[in-house]
Amino acid sequence: MESFRLLIDGFGGALTPVNLMYALIGVTLGTLVGVLPGIGPAMTVALLLPVTFTVPPTSAFIMFAGIYYGGMYGGSTTSILLNTPGESSSMITALEGNKMARRGRAAQALATAAIGSFVAGTIATGLLVVAAPAVVAFAISFGPEDYFALALLAFTAVSSVLSRSVVRGLASLGLGLTIGLIGIDQQTGQARLTFGVPQLLDGIDVVIVAVGLFAVGEALYVASRLRHTPPEVVPVGRAWLGRDDWRRSWRPWLRGTALGFPFGALPGGGAEIPTFLSYAAEKRLARGVAREEYGKGAIEGVAGPEAANNASAAGTLVPLLTLGLPTSATAAIMLAAFQQYGLQPGPQLFDHNPALVWSMIASLFIGNTMLLVLNLPLAPLWARVLRVPRPYLYAGIVLFAALGVYALNGTVVDLVVLYLLGLLGYAMRRFGLPVAPAVIGMILGPMAEIQLRRALAIGAGDPAVLVGSPTAVVLLALAAAALLTPVVRTVLGRRKLLRTSRED
Amino acid sequence: MRVRIFAAVAAMSALALAGCGGGGAGGSAASGTLRIMAPASPGGGWDQTSRTAEQALKSAAPDRKVEVYNVPGAGGTIGLAQLAGEKGNGNLLMTMGLVMVGAIEQNKSKVTLAETTPIAKLTEEYEIVVVPADSPFKTLADLVAAWKADPAKVSIAGGSAGGTDHIVAGLMAKAAGVDPKQVNYIAHSGGGEALNELLGSKVSAGVSGVGEFAEHVKSGKLRALGVTSAQRLPDLDAPTLKEGGLDVELANWRGFVAPGGLSDADKKTLTDLVTKMHDSQAWKDAVAKNGWIDSFQTGQQFADFLSAETARVKGVIAELGVVS
Repeated sequence: MESFRLLIDGFGGALTPVNLMYALIGVTLGTLVGVLPGIGPAMTVALLLPVTFTVPPTSAFIMFAGIYYGGMYGGSTTSILLNTPGESSSMITALEGNKMARRGRAAQALATAAIGSFVAGTIATGLLVVAAPAVVAFAISFGPEDYFALALLAFTAVSSVLSRSVVRGLASLGLGLTIGLIGIDQQTGQARLTFGVPQLLDGIDVVIVAVGLFAVGEALYVASRLRHTPPEVVPVGRAWLGRDDWRRSWRPWLRGTALGFPFGALPGGGAEIPTFLSYAAEKRLARGVAREEYGKGAIEGVAGPEAANNASAAGTLVPLLTLGLPTSATAAIMLAAFQQYGLQPGPQLFDHNPALVWSMIASLFIGNTMLLVLNLPLAPLWARVLRVPRPYLYAGIVLFAALGVYALNGTVVDLVVLYLLGLLGYAMRRFGLPVAPAVIGMILGPMAEIQLRRALAIGAGDPAVLVGSPTAVVLLALAAAALLTPVVRTVLGRRKLLRTSRED
Repeated sequence: MRVRIFAAVAAMSALALAGCGGGGAGGSAASGTLRIMAPASPGGGWDQTSRTAEQALKSAAPDRKVEVYNVPGAGGTIGLAQLAGEKGNGNLLMTMGLVMVGAIEQNKSKVTLAETTPIAKLTEEYEIVVVPADSPFKTLADLVAAWKADPAKVSIAGGSAGGTDHIVAGLMAKAAGVDPKQVNYIAHSGGGEALNELLGSKVSAGVSGVGEFAEHVKSGKLRALGVTSAQRLPDLDAPTLKEGGLDVELANWRGFVAPGGLSDADKKTLTDLVTKMHDSQAWKDAVAKNGWIDSFQTGQQFADFLSAETARVKGVIAELGVVS
């Protein structure tokens, strides 16, 4: 109950006109950078770090938190409308979201993303208030062997649902794994696949891969077919969610939140993995109409992942505030901002600066509400972007993709890599390879590798450490189940078939 | 339509904010905008140092325009290569430090610090060796004894391979009579990630900057076995490594270098400007706030220090076996 009293005080601190203004600036900027490919919340907060010299801490953190939440939401807009995710965390949203848009259900996809983000953000912020100690204990108990098991689970869950052709899915995954190898190996400091280009030593940023394969690849593919196919007439469709959409969305929202929040709290968990898992889970759980619609624009495939990525943003704040442990790029920069104010997030922050912490948590609720109010009425308007003639639209996308990627590090090498990946993305579309597994491989591959090697190094080379924790055993069992269920089902199906034929 | 114009404006301003310019032509140090390159992403130590310096310079020399820009990548060697291309430019400073000395060796960078003009050393931060609170190692001697018995069984978590934390682990191994190549070093992308494994007691010990672990030592979640300073630190109850019997001293220092081929006049102007900044109250306040140690050094003194550090780091990096 003590928490709630402090939270009410926090609302008192956050609800000043000046702070509300900063919250508004934050969510607006966040939504914008989320929409623009390449420019993400981490970079935006970093560029705004100098405001910490002049703005009081409460206002600054209210703005930063708004940018973070806004960025998680904004990324979904371009994913849904144009199949060009603005952030890697909204990549999965593109799979079903864009199909929905093509069927004239863009407004519904945007609305379920907006409301799902709001629901997830609000529940997750509530959890931040009541469950922070438990979540931190869980995050700390997670060792390298658990991460490795988690990566395996994500691999199997995702690869079994993403592609209709296993070979094509694996080929795409292999491409992603190879891209993930580029750069200095973290454990030994050796350079791999850098071809002597120093700019490649830090590896290729996942943003460049996602933007290159998705946005540039899509633009090239659309351009290549512009003269061959008559423009698709995309109906803008009816605005707002129907009763049926609500019925199909609320469970995925809650499941997405449940997946996203703990993952955000894990160092290295990130916002991407829970979106993969949410997508896979929703596909598995889909029944009836939803099952038929999966792959053609099922609303569940948008609602779940979008809730997951927003919940993970709130989850990230748990270890940041309670331990001073940043678990995402944005959180790392927010940690730097705390330090600029001479504050050290950690066990003592809640005791020493309760006013600041609780105002910030209160501001998350406020920011979330603002995002909903800002974005829900915009959904039908955004959907009209689809009426912009395609040459202009995609030329704009390529321009913004290039601007965003150049702004990341300010090097021409990144631009060259972007366009090479764009060509690869085009080729993959041309020859029917799914793009998503490549990005997933690029994110999960390095994580699986480094955690496996870490676990083995800590265990002095004994492979038994990999099943040394209950968490790892459970995760590995789930991975095995995800892998074997389709096989078993096929075998059983065949046996049944045999039996019936024998009975004939 | 409106939407796209809005987005365009936003992108332009974002680009302008990013401030990624090519760097102007060489000019005399007395005039024009002073640019400070932080050869890392925003948010890290070099970026923080650069931006703090920018603020202090603005208060110390209000008539001089100062601007910070980031050139991230490869431990700062990308920025170093860019600096080499600005020969004779007296309006440019680059923030750098111990990590860059290591990265130059590790990445076999074509450009070295010999091609720069050392200006000043600014700050130092010491490193700390910790174990989880429930660890059987009560003192540094316990750790060393276990280490000597079987180096593979003692896992040490820290930052990137070949970075400051790894160098400390290597120097400690050498001092303890353990082959540095045998050190079971578990590299992480930063102190934060390593912290997680320490709090969860997944690893035997950890090495990082004092600032990263101090809070947890004070709260009792981690036990400090030693700090890498010559004397005990004022606000932390922890012995030095020397007290524990390992002759290791190391400071993670940061400073400024300017492009090579600088005229003596330009070098003096820059040194005077940085000295003026260092003497300002704004800088002193920032140093105290960030928990840095003031280790100001200019001219030949700093140049000698740089070459000594380069030689020492080169040796350790080779012994750790992390040169690519």
